Amino acid sequence: MRQQQPAKTTKAVTRPRLGVFKFASCDGCQLSVLNLEDELVALGQALDIVYFPEASSAMKAGPYDIVLVEGSITTSEDARRILNVREQARTLITIGACATAGGIQALRNWADVEAFKRAVYPSPQYIDSLGASTPISEHVRVDYELWGCPIDKGQLLRLLIDLLAGVQPRLPTQSVCLECKRQGHVCVMVARGLPCLGPVTRTGCGAICPGMGRDCYGCFGPAEGPSAGPGLPPNTASLASRFHHDLQLIPVEVLRRFRGINGHAKPFKDESHAWEDA
Amino acid sequence: MTPITSPSASPGLLAKSSFQRFIDALMAGGYRVMGQRLCDGAVKWDDVRLVSDLPIGWRDAQEPGRYRLEPTDSGRFFEVVNGPESVKRFAFAPREPLLVIERSSKSFQATPTLPKGEKTALLGVRACDLAGLAVQDRVFLRDAYPDPYYRTRRADLFLVAVNCARALPTCFCASLNTGPKAQAGFDLALTELDDAFLIEAGSQAGRELMPRLPLAPAPEQFLAEAEAQAEACANSQTRRVETAQLPQALYDAHEHPRWDQVAARCLACGNCTMVCPTCFCHAVEDVPDLNGQRAEQARVWDSCFTQEHGYIHGKNIRPAVKDRYRMWLTHKLASWIDQFGTSGCVGCGRCITWCPVGIDLTEELPALLKKA
Ligand code: SF4
Ligand code: SF4
Ligand code: SF4
Ligand code: SF4
Repeated sequence: MRQQQPAKTTKAVTRPRLGVFKFASCDGCQLSVLNLEDELVALGQALDIVYFPEASSAMKAGPYDIVLVEGSITTSEDARRILNVREQARTLITIGACATAGGIQALRNWADVEAFKRAVYPSPQYIDSLGASTPISEHVRVDYELWGCPIDKGQLLRLLIDLLAGVQPRLPTQSVCLECKRQGHVCVMVARGLPCLGPVTRTGCGAICPGMGRDCYGCFGPAEGPSAGPGLPPNTASLASRFHHDLQLIPVEVLRRFRGINGHAKPFKDESHAWEDA
Repeated sequence: MTPITSPSASPGLLAKSSFQRFIDALMAGGYRVMGQRLCDGAVKWDDVRLVSDLPIGWRDAQEPGRYRLEPTDSGRFFEVVNGPESVKRFAFAPREPLLVIERSSKSFQATPTLPKGEKTALLGVRACDLAGLAVQDRVFLRDAYPDPYYRTRRADLFLVAVNCARALPTCFCASLNTGPKAQAGFDLALTELDDAFLIEAGSQAGRELMPRLPLAPAPEQFLAEAEAQAEACANSQTRRVETAQLPQALYDAHEHPRWDQVAARCLACGNCTMVCPTCFCHAVEDVPDLNGQRAEQARVWDSCFTQEHGYIHGKNIRPAVKDRYRMWLTHKLASWIDQFGTSGCVGCGRCITWCPVGIDLTEELPALLKKA
C-alpha cells in the first residue's frame, strides 16, 4: 500500500467528502458501514457523506476526499469505471475480500466462465463478463485495504478516525491466533484436529470462528504481506503439510482450504497451486 | 476431628468426601473460586462452586501440537494436569485498559483506569505455574517501578496449588527444578492421594484458612506416600532441558543451520508466546473517539513473532521467521538469565502442545547445541 497524506479535518465548514462505490459484491461490507449504528450520527457529522447509493439517494459528483470501494472487477465496464473512481478519490480504501483480493467470485479464475454463461443464460451473448475476478489493486493504486468477509466495522471506524485525525492508520497484520488466545478460546486445531487457517490469516475479526468452535477459513486474508507492503508471506506450506500429514486432509481438501474467499490472494493462491498435482 | 489451629507448617489431612467444605471455606472467605473446568475439548479457568464442577473422570493426553481429553476411572479430582491457560491472565490481563485521556479547553487530562479488585482463589495451580508467576512478578513488580495494574490484580490472588501426581509427556519441570511439587509462592498446597488430600499452608492467608477446614493430623504414612508420588512423577518425565551450558552455548549457536530448519516449520503464529506463563510482551494501543476529544489506552498481549513487534524506526529488525524464532528461544532460555537471573522457561510444556505444528523446544535446543 502506498501511503498518502491523510485527509485533515478543517472543522465543520469543509468536512471531508466521503463516497462509497460498489463493484461485484454482495453489499455485506456496505452493510457493515450502516451497522456502525452508534457511531453513524457522529460519522455523518465528521464526514460529508455525498455518495452512498446503498444508504441514500443523494448522489453528488466528485472529487471525494475518502472513497470506500466494495467489490471486485468482473466486467470490462467496471474495469473502466474504477479508473474514474480513482481519479475522483484523494484516498481510496478497499473494503472487504472482494475489493481487496477478488472475493469468492475469483473461484471463476480457475474455471471456464464461458461454460458458466452457456449453462445459466438462454442468451449468453448478451453477458459481458471477464474471465477473471480481480481485486481493485490490480487496476488502480489503493491507499488502504480492509480485509474480511465482511469487514470488521470497528476496523473501518478506526481507519476513518485516524484519517480524520490526520495520523497514519495502522492496520494489524498478525495472525488470528493471537486474538484467539487473548480471548481464551481453546484451539480447535490442537484440541479437535480441525484444519484452522488462523495461523496464516490476518487478525481483525476478533477470532469469531474459533470462538464458535469452528476452524477459521481465512476470510481476513493472508497474515502479514499478502499483496503489497512490507512483511512476509505467511508460512502456508508448513500449515498445509500439517493438514495433510497429521490432520489427514487429502490433497484436494488442502487445496480447497486455501482456495476460498481469498483464494486469489497470492500466498493462498500459490499454496492451492502447490496441491494441484499432489 | 480436632482442627489444626497452630500455624505450623505440618500438613493437615482432608477427607475427599469433605472437599466441598474446602470450596465453601474459600467462598466464605470472600473469594471467587476458580478452577480448571471442561470446555471445548480442554480445560479453562472458570467458576467452581461444587466439587462436581471439577473435571473428575477425565485426564488430558498431550503431545506436540495435540491435546485430547480422555475418560479415566481413577476417581481423582485433579487428574487433568493443565490446559492452554496458565495463571498468567489473572495478573497480566490479555487486554488491560490503562488510561482514559480527555481533552479539555487548552490541555488534556489522563486518568489511570486501575482494575477493580476481586478476591480470587485459583484452585489447582501447578508448580510450574507458580514458578511462571514468580518470573512474572520479577518482571512486573521489581525495582522502583512496579506495574500498578499487575500489582492490583496480583494482590487479589489466593493460590491453591496442587502437587502433580502425574506428568504429561510434554512436561519437563523436573529438569528445571520448578516442580512437580510446589515449593513456594502458594497460599495453600494440596497433595491428592487416593482417599484424602494433604493440605499445607504457605502464607499467612493460607494459615488463616486452615482452622476453618475439617482437618485431621496427617499420619506419617500419608506424608511418605505424598513424597513417593512426587518423586515418581518427576522420574516419569521424559523431556528435559539441559541448562548446564546456558546461556553462552545458545549465543554461540546464533548462526546454526538448525534455525533455518525450524523456521521452515514455524508459522510465526505466536501461540507459543500466548500460552507461555512467563512471556510478558505487550503492545499499547490507543482507541480514540470520532471527535478527537477522548481516547482510551490499553495494553494487549503481543508476541515477538509478529511483524509489528520487530518494527522500529522505519525498519523491521526481525524480518524473517528465523529471526523471530531465534529471538524467542534465545530470550527464553539464554538472555532471560542475563536479564532476570533466571530461566524464562519453567518447563510447563504448553508451547509444545499448543503449537499448531508441534514445534518442540526440548528437541530444538539439543539440536542447536550440537556442532553443525
Ligand atoms: S483455533 Fe485457529 S486461530 Fe485459534 S489458536 Fe488455534 S489455530 Fe490459531
Ligand atoms: S475466524 Fe477466520 S473465517 Fe472466521 S471471521 Fe475470522 S478471519 Fe473470517
Ligand atoms: S517456554 Fe514453553 S515449556 Fe517453557 S514455560 Fe514457556 S510455554 Fe512452558
Ligand atoms: S513455534 Fe509454533 S506456536 Fe510458536 S510461532 Fe512457531 S508455529 Fe506458532
